[in-house]
Amino acid sequence: MNHYETVFILNPVLSEEQTKETVLKYEKFLTSKGAKMVSKEDWGLKKLAYPIQNKKSGFYHLFEYTVDPTVISDLEIEFRRDERFMRYLTVKLDKHAIEWAEKRRTKINNKES
Amino acid sequence: MASIQEEASGKKGGEIRYLTPLNIDHSTTKKYCRFKKYGIKYVDYKDSDFLLKFINEQGKLLPRRITGTSLKYQRKVSVAVKRARHLALLPYVADLLK
Repeated sequence: MNHYETVFILNPVLSEEQTKETVLKYEKFLTSKGAKMVSKEDWGLKKLAYPIQNKKSGFYHLFEYTVDPTVISDLEIEFRRDERFMRYLTVKLDKHAIEWAEKRRTKINNKES
Repeated sequence: MASIQEEASGKKGGEIRYLTPLNIDHSTTKKYCRFKKYGIKYVDYKDSDFLLKFINEQGKLLPRRITGTSLKYQRKVSVAVKRARHLALLPYVADLLK
């Protein structure tokens, strides 16, 4: 089991329900493969620094989870097949990164409360 | 023996006299690696505002000799900036970024 983090950008043309549906779909996909979700974040509609597929904005989402390394390639194949995904990036987190992610999460939680 | 500063300020019989004294910059503040100083061990690619400190107006990475970052962290910064570019958090090419 390794600790991973995935950021992906969804197509801005989608409605709110559709985005929720896709996020839920991939969450279920991960949990069905034995992944343990650590956290997920919704950054909302953000402006892109440069146009991708002639679009200037996108829905950013972040997943943090622990899973077996073999599942990652399956997940990325699914991402590539899905038209709703404009970009994705999966990164393996080392011990410093995990520490950083925890700190970041508490910071965000403090802001909200 | 007249030093450059004396000559520049035009005092003490220096041979060259300038109408406006040369303003030689003697900045004594030493550059430092901000990661080592503040104990940051991970460079986050999601924090685009922070990464903005390591790129110039065109969106290019600044060299170590300007930012003062140590080699260990410069490598991490460069990876983080490239990841941020992939996710469209930072531009690949820009004009007047700052």
